[in-house]
Formats: sequence, C-alpha cells, structure tokens
Amino acid sequence: MKFRKFIQPLEEGFLSEGDVIRAEGLTKQFGNFTAVDHISFTVHKGEIFGFLGANGAGKTTAMKMLCGISTMTDGQVCIAGYDLKWHVRRIKREIGYMSQKFSLYEDLKVWENIRLFGGIYGLKEDEIERKTELLLDRLDLRKQKNSLVRSLPLGWKQKLAFSVAIIHNPKIVFLDEPTGGVDPATRRGFWEMIYDAAEQGITIFVTTHYMDEAEYCDRVSIMVDGRIEALDTPARLKEMYNSDNMDQVFHTLARRAKRDE
Amino acid sequence: MIKYLIEKEFKQIWRDRFLLVLIPLLPALVMLVFPWATTMEIKSVNISVLDYDHTPLSAKLINKISSTSYFNITAVAMNKREANDHISSGVADMVIEIPNGFEKELVNDRTSSLMVLANAVNGSKAGFGTSYLNAIIIDFAAQMNFAQGAISLNTMGGISVEPYYWFNPSMDYKIPMIPALIVLIVTLLVGFLPSMNIVAEKESGTIEQINVTPVSKFAFIAGKLIPYWIIGVIVLSIAILVSYLMFGLQPKGSIFLLYGISIFFILGISAMGLLISNYSSTMQQAMFTMFFLIIIIILMSGILTPISSMPEWAQVIAAINPMTYFAEIMKLIYLKGSTLADLMQYIYPLVVFFVIIFAWAMLSYRKRG
Repeated sequence: MKFRKFIQPLEEGFLSEGDVIRAEGLTKQFGNFTAVDHISFTVHKGEIFGFLGANGAGKTTAMKMLCGISTMTDGQVCIAGYDLKWHVRRIKREIGYMSQKFSLYEDLKVWENIRLFGGIYGLKEDEIERKTELLLDRLDLRKQKNSLVRSLPLGWKQKLAFSVAIIHNPKIVFLDEPTGGVDPATRRGFWEMIYDAAEQGITIFVTTHYMDEAEYCDRVSIMVDGRIEALDTPARLKEMYNSDNMDQVFHTLARRAKRDE
Repeated sequence: MIKYLIEKEFKQIWRDRFLLVLIPLLPALVMLVFPWATTMEIKSVNISVLDYDHTPLSAKLINKISSTSYFNITAVAMNKREANDHISSGVADMVIEIPNGFEKELVNDRTSSLMVLANAVNGSKAGFGTSYLNAIIIDFAAQMNFAQGAISLNTMGGISVEPYYWFNPSMDYKIPMIPALIVLIVTLLVGFLPSMNIVAEKESGTIEQINVTPVSKFAFIAGKLIPYWIIGVIVLSIAILVSYLMFGLQPKGSIFLLYGISIFFILGISAMGLLISNYSSTMQQAMFTMFFLIIIIILMSGILTPISSMPEWAQVIAAINPMTYFAEIMKLIYLKGSTLADLMQYIYPLVVFFVIIFAWAMLSYRKRG
C-alpha cells in the first residue's frame, strides 16, 4: 500500500529568480501505467521551451498537469511563483493554453470568441473592445469579424486560437502541437507570432512533431517513455549526439523507446 | 465573468436552428393536442345485453342505456356463455344481465338485482363504465318509483341520485389535465436541453479550454443554468398562453406566484440535467440517462395516477420527486386559486431539491481529469 506524501508547501527559493517553471519528480500514474515518470526540469523566463517526444511519450499528459487540468500523482511543481498543488486558480490566471484541438467555439463568430475569453479572464469591456480591434488588424481578420469560426481555414483558426490564449498577457503559454495539419508557409507564419509573443516577455512552452520547429526553440527536452532523456539547446544536443539536425537527434533517442504508441 | 458565459450560451442556442424551432413549437403543440388525448372521459362503451326478463320494463331500461352517449348496445346474448364470448372476443366491454322476474320484483318488492360484468383489462374503462351504468340504473329505478307515485325516493334504501355527476355534460376532463401538461412540457425541455450541454462541450473539446481558465465551478454551472431558466419561463408562458387561447383556462390564483415558484422547479430540473451531463462522456449516454430519470419523474409524480394508491416504495420516490410538488402547486393555483400561505408546504421541498442538486452539479463538475 502506497501512501501519498504529506503535502508540504514548497521551500523558499524553490523557484529561482530567472525561472518561471520548476518541476521536480513530476509523475502521472494511470493504474499500473506510468505515463509521466518523475520528470524534472526548469523553464527560464522568456524562453521558447520545446517539449518533444514521440506519440505516447507523455508530453500531453505532462502539459495537462502543468496547466492544472489533470492532477499529478507525485512531484513538486512551481509555476509563475505559485505551488501547483495549492494555487491552481492563481496559476490559471498567469497561463494561457492552446491544444491541438484549438478549442475555440466553432459556432461563435470570430469577435465573439475573443470577447468570451477576454471576459472570462476578467478584461474590462473597453479593454476587450480594444483588444478585439487590435487582433482583427494583426491577424488580418477584419473581413471575417462576423464569420463563424467554423468557416475559417485551419491556419487562421490556429492563429486566432493562439491570440485568444494570450489575450490576458499571461506569463507562460502552453502550446500542444499548435501547428498540426497545415502547410510549411502557414507554420512559419505561426512561429512568427510565437516569436512576437516571446519578445513581449511571454514564456513559450511548446510541444511539436516537426523537428524543423524544434530548431526554433531556445532549449529542447526530449521525452522517451515518460522520462526526459535529453534537455539542452538544439546546438548542444546536435553536438552531443553527433547529428546534423534535430531530426537525427530525435530518432537516436526515440529508438530507445520500448513503449508502444 | 458570468455575464460573458451566459451571453455565449444564448448565442449558441440562437445559432442552433433546431432548438430555435423546438423551444416555442413543442409547448404550443403539446398544449394544442394533448388535452384532447389525455381526457379521462369514457365514451362509447360497448354493451352486450342478456335479458332473461323480456318485459316492457327491461326493454325500457335497455332503451335508456342505449340512449346515452356513453353506451352502445353492440350485441344481444341469449345465455351466459354467449355473453362471456362477447366479452372475450371484444364485441362488448360490458354485459348487463337482467334476471327473469326483474319487472315483477321491482313492482312488487320495490327492489331487484341486476348483474353487470365488465372487462377489466382496461381498468379505467371498466371502472368508469360500471359507475356510469350504476348511475343509469339507479336513476331508472328512481324515475320508475316516481312514475308509479307509490314510493318516495327516501325509501330507495337511502340511495341518492348524486351520481348524476357523471353525466354532467359540462364536466370537462380537459381542464384538470392542463396544469399537469404544462408541468410536463416544462420538465421535458428544461431537463433534456441542459443534459446535452456540458457533454457537448466535452465532445467538441471546448471544455478543456474553459478548464484552463480561472472560471470558478459556481460561475460555470450558474452561467449554464440561467439561460435554461429563461428558456423555462418562455416555455411556461407559451403553454399558459395556448391553454388560455384554446381552452379559455386561466389560473384562479396569482400568476406572479406561479412564475415565482416555477423558478425553483425549473432551476432544480435544469441542474439535474447539468448533473447528468457532468457524469456522462457522450451525448448518447446523457440522453438515455435523462430519459430514464424523466420517465420516473413523470410516472411517479401523481399526474397520471394518484400517489396514495402507489406501493410504499413508489410513494418514497414520489416524495423526493420535485414534479410531485410542482404539479400539485400548478393544480392548486390554476383550479383552486391557492395563495402563497397554502402552498408553502409544497414550495419547501422544491427549494431543498434545487439547493442539493445545484451543489451536487457544482461539485461534480471536475476541472481536473
């Protein structure tokens, strides 16, 4: 019989000055299956942190725990200065999230989606209006303001979903395979938005399947079978594994996987 | 924050063509059609006559029976076996057996007996039919005594002619059914619609996006309940309006009181829908669970069968069933004109039901998997 550790508040200085996320021994267990197996990592303020791994390696599960929509089985996590075990709601105010399903309301119009999430995050009426105008211009969606999100092309939906996810100027935004299913040009456009956000000081935590995107990240972690097998800058990882590109690095590591997808 | 959530729910309902048609049309149709169909009035009961007497008096009685709009003489039996055949083959619902010497006994002894057989497969038809027939016979006997001028009514063994009640042509069975039907249609709509709601967001994945936001459980559930309360008020108003226009029926009591009390009932049933939605992972699952619950709620609310004649376990269910109380309240306000003070005993259970189910719906909404 296993007892859950007595929950203690995080020690003073658990999260150092320049960091926004620190996870120690983060674990998720579904019965006998350990989806995420005691992973530890730190994410620096303002960086683009690539969170890679094959399907089933546990990336999405780990990300959901960090976002507070899945409970962790074990571990200590501090996000934006708050303990994940105790202050989920406060953390939620400081983070944005966009999943591979880019969950905007398809039966709401473009401006209505912006308004809804603006309102939920506590923006004031005039702030919402200002933000809506700004986004419509920036995303070049002015003509589509009154279109249902359902009718937008996939690439535009992704851009809109990303903009909505950072509408409240969060400290961190979590992106779960944000660019699935679109052409390279559209993906490039999306990454420009990511860079813009990072420049504004928003930390980006992103999972992806595209290894060219991994090259865009400041640092990259690679998960294999629920564990982090490597974590460093793309350049150092390539050096370490004697590879020309991240694709080779990824395959070298992913080959070690024993788990089925 | 709730404001934006409510706004969003309304926009979504507004965009749903099906709901937009369903919400006003269903109550209107139900109120137009069902009061005619749910009438308890028994008409055209088929009777087989087994007359052993063959006297002018027995002929007169048969004539009297067949002259009412309730009975049709569809067969004449020569003996008991034939009469039984008529019932088992469905030719007749009832048999009236007039014994030999009926006239003689009635004239000489002032009393006589008849036998009435009824096919009780259709219980209410048998019950009502027997009562009607009894009343006709009593009336017949009374008339006869008057006609002979020999005996006064009092000597008829204290039988009163009260059952005339059954023949009162203006006694309209549609009227008491209407408040019950209003409750029924409100329950259906404000029960089923919310049960589809949260689970639909689960299926489309939008709930995940809501869950990463700091929306509180209270705001989330309240934001979903309030639109259904407004829908419930619209449905209630349409049903009340149609029953007024079609049947001229309006509540004897205060309509404001009616609307005021309806808040607790509508919110309670809607919260139950959301509760089911929380526990379901597919729309199908939510719908069938709700179906099951709504059937129990309707059957054990006393609107179709009296609660007092239910077995004890069913009475327990009826006692925790919010429809039991709201149906009673509607009936009392509509037909009797009861006031707030009269109705308090029925309002408390509605409030308690709402508070418990709302709290449960709030707690069972899980933001974390």
